[in-house]
Amino acid sequence: MLRVENVNKDWKEFKLREISFEVNKGEYFIILGPSGAGKTLLLEVIAGIFIPDSGRIFMNDEDITFLPPEKRDLAYIPQNYALFPHMRVYDNIAYGLKVRKTPKSEVEKKVKEIAEILGISHLLHRKPKTLSGGEAQRVAIARALVLEPKLLLLDEPFANLDVQTKAKLIQEMKRWRRELNFTALHVTHSFEEAVSLGDRVGVMLNGRLIQTGEVREVFGKPKNEEVARFLGFENIIEGIAEGRILKANGILIELPIEVKGKVRIGIRPEEIIISNEPIKTSARNEFKAKVLAIEDLGSLIRLTLDIGGIELKAFITRSSLIEMAIKEGKEVYASFKATAIHVF
Amino acid sequence: MKRDYVTAFFALIGTFLVLYILLPLVVIISKQLLDWEMLMKTLHDELVLDSLKNSLLTSTATMIISLFFGVPLGYVLARKDFRGKSFVQAVVDVPIVIPHSVVGIMLLVTFSNRILDSYLGIIMAMLFVSAPFTINAARDGFLAVDEKLEHVARTLGASKLKAFFTVSLPLALPSIFSGAIMTWARAISEVGAILIVAYYPKTAQVLVMEYFNNYGLRASRPISVILVLLSLTIFIVLRWLVGRSRNA
Repeated sequence: MLRVENVNKDWKEFKLREISFEVNKGEYFIILGPSGAGKTLLLEVIAGIFIPDSGRIFMNDEDITFLPPEKRDLAYIPQNYALFPHMRVYDNIAYGLKVRKTPKSEVEKKVKEIAEILGISHLLHRKPKTLSGGEAQRVAIARALVLEPKLLLLDEPFANLDVQTKAKLIQEMKRWRRELNFTALHVTHSFEEAVSLGDRVGVMLNGRLIQTGEVREVFGKPKNEEVARFLGFENIIEGIAEGRILKANGILIELPIEVKGKVRIGIRPEEIIISNEPIKTSARNEFKAKVLAIEDLGSLIRLTLDIGGIELKAFITRSSLIEMAIKEGKEVYASFKATAIHVF
Repeated sequence: MKRDYVTAFFALIGTFLVLYILLPLVVIISKQLLDWEMLMKTLHDELVLDSLKNSLLTSTATMIISLFFGVPLGYVLARKDFRGKSFVQAVVDVPIVIPHSVVGIMLLVTFSNRILDSYLGIIMAMLFVSAPFTINAARDGFLAVDEKLEHVARTLGASKLKAFFTVSLPLALPSIFSGAIMTWARAISEVGAILIVAYYPKTAQVLVMEYFNNYGLRASRPISVILVLLSLTIFIVLRWLVGRSRNA
């Protein structure tokens, strides 16, 4: 639906270099990158606030590169939410509808509907400066979604919130997506948001979109060392959870908490213990693994293991490698505690 | 808690200026109140009433004109970086450094008879010396409005002009009004330039001078007092209104 082709832009100390990617209809696309990578600038170029120095932007195959923001039919939520401080919450949400000269009764109906879904009906008469961070964010999302835009652009939507509010909003965002079925492009530096919400992710470093793909694919196979280092978490496993057990590709993994349905879990490579013989302890996930690759990282060795068709990365020390006589193709045991698992 | 001697000392020193400004005001008003008869007589003087009307009319017109031209200029100065911007900014501030008699001479040399002794001349003299207040206040007002608000308004479907009128302008309005009030106040207190450009139609501030020159201090006092009370009342009421809208 949205297609960005070879976009370049220089603005102040920020830059975009040869950015190309696509967001499909109904998709939640996350661009992940450290601060200063140019993520906000990219959103502003897509929103039409800036014109790229070169390159093209298409929406449903229509070239929108030079269209003014108001003609693009997308909604932009900046990091500070940018609620209009002189208007009540109701008028903030109604703003886009009023600009479109929507009949008053319809404005009221739509505002009330979206406020209901986002759980902010009780705030409609308030002024923005009286809202908490989480409330302000809901209002900003309502103001955007009430227009049913083709694409929702979110700039670090959860960055200014405390941990609890953030976790709650991420969960609700999943629900709103199911109910309202919108397409979103969300930029963040938070690994957690990417894995929790993203259908696909793009990793952006120094103004370049280095790698795009399915969440699992990008985390599982970082294209280069730079991406891998930024991502940190290297093992992402996707599966169907049933209580405390995750079924992934035929293997069963014990989880630290009860969950249900499709989930992704993460395990840091340093949490995985490698042994030649099975370790006889309970409360451990233990699998027979085949060593696929051995990489020398200097002080550490990174093993790529295959456990029942799933790839896992694990770190061991050089002395362990020699002691255990690990070679490519060798069979070992990989184990990790349930408590080392992060459920997204 | 230890007493804050430094602040107390500064307050003591600072009080001097406050008293210095208040004292003549209090003295002239109280002296005039003791001479009630003269005050009443002046209030029924056609010449005085006409001149007061002229002063109010011209300074209000000046304020409106400065808003019409100053707000767009302030917006451009706040939002755009362009070559020669600092030059434009300097030009805006020029009237503050030029003696007002010189302003009058300059205007007369430039526009000669067309503005001599006319309402137009008075307003042009006032505008020259007082417009910077509106321009600078508008600029500061727009600078204080986060540009992101305009961007969001645009993506929500508002044209640039619509975003200006629904978001930027309402938010900058208290600052713009403060500036406009200063412009009005500066306009009604202008004498130097008006004296040279347009002695007639007679404004109250010029009339005060005329009375002083012709009949002396006592004669010029009642009209001075009336002018002061009138200007101060309007100034205070307007400031109060703006302050209230700011807190709303």
